Amino acid sequence: MQQPSALEVRNVTKQFPGVVANDHISFTLLPGEIHAFLGENGAGKSTLMNILYGLIAPDEGAIFINGRQVTIHNPADAIRQGLGMVHQEYALVDTLTAAENIMLGTEIARNGVIAEREANRRMAELSRSYGLIVPVDVLVQDLPVGVQQRVEILKALYHNAKILILDEPTAVLTPQEAEDLFRVMRELAGQGRSIIFISHKLKEVLSIADRITVLRRGAVVGTVLPAAASERSLATMMVGRSVELEVTKTPAKPGSVVLEVRDLVVEDDRGQVIVDHLDLDVCAGEVLGIAGVQGNGQTELVEAINGLRPIESGTIRLQGQPLQADPRAITEGGVAYIPDDRKGTGLVLGYPIADNLVLSNYYVPPFAHGIVLDEGQITSHAEQLVKQFDIRTPSIWTHAGSLSGGNQQKVIVAREFSRPIKLLVAAQPTRGIDVGSIEFIHRSIIAQRDQGVAVLLVSAELDEILSLADRIAVMFHGRIVATLPAAQANREQIGLLMAGVAHADVENGH
Amino acid sequence: MAVEIGVPVRPHRRNWLLPLLQEAVVPLLAILTALIIGAVIIWFSAHSAHDTRLQTVGKAYHGLFMGAFGGWNRISDTLVEATPYIFAGLAVALGFKCGLFNIGAEGQLYLGSITSAAVGFGVHGLPTIIHLPLAILAGVIAGGLWGAIPGYLRARTGAHEVINTIMLNYIAAQLLDYLILKPLRDTHASSQRTPFILGSAALPRLIGPRTNPSLSGGNTYTPLFVTKNPTFDLRIHVGFLLALLAVWGVWWFLRRTTTGFEIRTVGSNPKAARYAGMSVTRSFVLTMFLSGALAGMAGVTQVLGVEYNVKSLFSSGYGFDSIAVALLAKSNPIAIIPAAIFWGALNNGKGLMQSETGAAISSDLIRIIQALVIMFVAADQIVRWIYRLRQRGGGTAIFSRGWGQ
Repeated sequence: MQQPSALEVRNVTKQFPGVVANDHISFTLLPGEIHAFLGENGAGKSTLMNILYGLIAPDEGAIFINGRQVTIHNPADAIRQGLGMVHQEYALVDTLTAAENIMLGTEIARNGVIAEREANRRMAELSRSYGLIVPVDVLVQDLPVGVQQRVEILKALYHNAKILILDEPTAVLTPQEAEDLFRVMRELAGQGRSIIFISHKLKEVLSIADRITVLRRGAVVGTVLPAAASERSLATMMVGRSVELEVTKTPAKPGSVVLEVRDLVVEDDRGQVIVDHLDLDVCAGEVLGIAGVQGNGQTELVEAINGLRPIESGTIRLQGQPLQADPRAITEGGVAYIPDDRKGTGLVLGYPIADNLVLSNYYVPPFAHGIVLDEGQITSHAEQLVKQFDIRTPSIWTHAGSLSGGNQQKVIVAREFSRPIKLLVAAQPTRGIDVGSIEFIHRSIIAQRDQGVAVLLVSAELDEILSLADRIAVMFHGRIVATLPAAQANREQIGLLMAGVAHADVENGH
Repeated sequence: MAVEIGVPVRPHRRNWLLPLLQEAVVPLLAILTALIIGAVIIWFSAHSAHDTRLQTVGKAYHGLFMGAFGGWNRISDTLVEATPYIFAGLAVALGFKCGLFNIGAEGQLYLGSITSAAVGFGVHGLPTIIHLPLAILAGVIAGGLWGAIPGYLRARTGAHEVINTIMLNYIAAQLLDYLILKPLRDTHASSQRTPFILGSAALPRLIGPRTNPSLSGGNTYTPLFVTKNPTFDLRIHVGFLLALLAVWGVWWFLRRTTTGFEIRTVGSNPKAARYAGMSVTRSFVLTMFLSGALAGMAGVTQVLGVEYNVKSLFSSGYGFDSIAVALLAKSNPIAIIPAAIFWGALNNGKGLMQSETGAAISSDLIRIIQALVIMFVAADQIVRWIYRLRQRGGGTAIFSRGWGQ
């Protein structure tokens, strides 16, 4: 080696009760390198990054920075060693400005009073010098997610980070915003900074990384160059077997309209109109995919359809009948709902799987007689669904909270599909789960479609929309700006629509 | 930050005993730690002419134990003391299960006691089989309605139950005093109290001779088992059995009924409850009613089984201590029994503790030990750290939610 590596990890091992989260992991990060880490949830990426950032102490192994061995006890150590981390969930104070957030902890002050003007000037300079344009004097809560992310990166750079760890940074970005981020990443790498890029999106990793390290079950499967890899080969490395990346499905045979939304207006928690006079139809036997950047009203639309959020005006009809704003009546009317907030809404994490599987129909026979629950029926119901939906768990009495994300999602899918349904509303059904579970859930959704169920799919993953949907509706600022048949859709066009740039001149869907 | 945690292997049927035992570790160690610190306090504060410090510590704890469990009479008194703690502890625990913090057990207890007393002395000519259940029912409903008020306010307006239950405690205390001083006062008695309840409304003692009429305003109460031996007179009454029945009832209700399932779901995750079509507001009102009814029952058993009347400035403190009992039991209905008995034993043993040490230490030490127990249960991280316990997965129990949610 001519130059010392920016970071070297040797044989790092971390054991948690019952699992080896990191099993003798070794890798090197070169100066100016963009090094991607690819792996399913639970493969050990987060544990490894938390060890690097001093949040978890390794059981064994050594870490070298610029050739010198270091011990990182806490994030303060990590920052001192030149490490900067941008978590998936940003650690920003919403009610402070971008500038204040960037300098948080080391404020620019005179006699204990923050020197606001000087701070803003210096932060604006910093922002320009890295090509990370941020309006420094705006409150973080008023910034779009993509800009908030820049604030996070600037925060790390302000602390002079030589090594940046970006944890799933593109999850909340439009394709164009992601491109922007990649440009910044390349610039930073060009200045000699090293970047660890964590992702599960194969396309992205192939396009941005200099090298790709794949983790599976806590161990390094291999490090490859993008030129020598393909999506298929990476997926196989990640999962340990060959995977079907494309969903195989026959063309849809749409029937009559099942869900009809007219002129719908819904407000968010702050009382702002977030769904703005929206119209929508979903037919039996088709998947309507709603593409859009998070925060454009998708969540609120879905909540309104399921009776969890009041409607300001407009109508929602199920097979011609107006829906009452009552979740139970809606469920009984044949609507299944996979919420985007799996842990917060879809499950009671402290409950066993068996109880979670009857969460929406515990009160009807055979699960209850009068007010008395039938434990035997609940048990056999759970055992059957665990088998049918391939939920990997030691027992049906295991708490939902100790399952992996993929298996948690399968519990929700199993519960919602275990009763007769006419409409399926699936919000981010595969976010943050492993490839095997994604495959399974995608197939289950298509199977429902083929049985004549109308499917409304909301996803921030354009790939998911493109592979599942029969028609694609793009949502921007609370409206559907375009609806187009999936066959005619292309990524660039949808990306522009998602960003609100392109005009809805492709209105030929419905 | 996802930390991968091993999936615990569980047996193929619902096992409630094992989690109960696992949950018991921290409270037991909290008790142990509090007793050790109590010993240190005795060590440094004792000033006895004839005993060494070590002897004083020994005598204190010996006295405490013997005072609580030394002989049938002592055990019986401890169980009598534990009875209202079981009911009121269940009341608070049930609230916690729904994510509600019922600090109003004290007030609900007042309402239960005065109402059952009124029915107990005011309704004449009924046989026990009707009069006793009627007096009980009256107290239960009164307590329940008093509890349902803050439940309804929370459900309708979002007003936090912590504030409103505390406020209703003040109102209940004044209401009670008014009733005892004016309309319900026994005008023949010199002290300010209600008349004695009739024998037909009394909760019978379990075993003993016929009661001494002088204690009870001339009414006679027949124990379930009458003995000839006049000294074998245990105060333990049917209320204790009702308390055990209530424990089973609450456990069964929470575990085995659809309504109990709803209450637990609302308490564990209100968003998931709404998503599943449950009515969060209905659960709030119902839970507060049931919680108030149980707290009312604590007052009922004290009046119909122990006091036989209600005195002015009647302040039991049971309602407040029951919060401690519920915390110690980690809101588990079954664990309420040992927690309540422990609390009753401390209260019951402290007198002998003081006298056995020749008053070298004050019985008030018990308050310190009780406070320490609760602090260690609440701050279980300290106990885990002292005893190097591994933090188990699955998150922490939710007792109550923050303000204004």
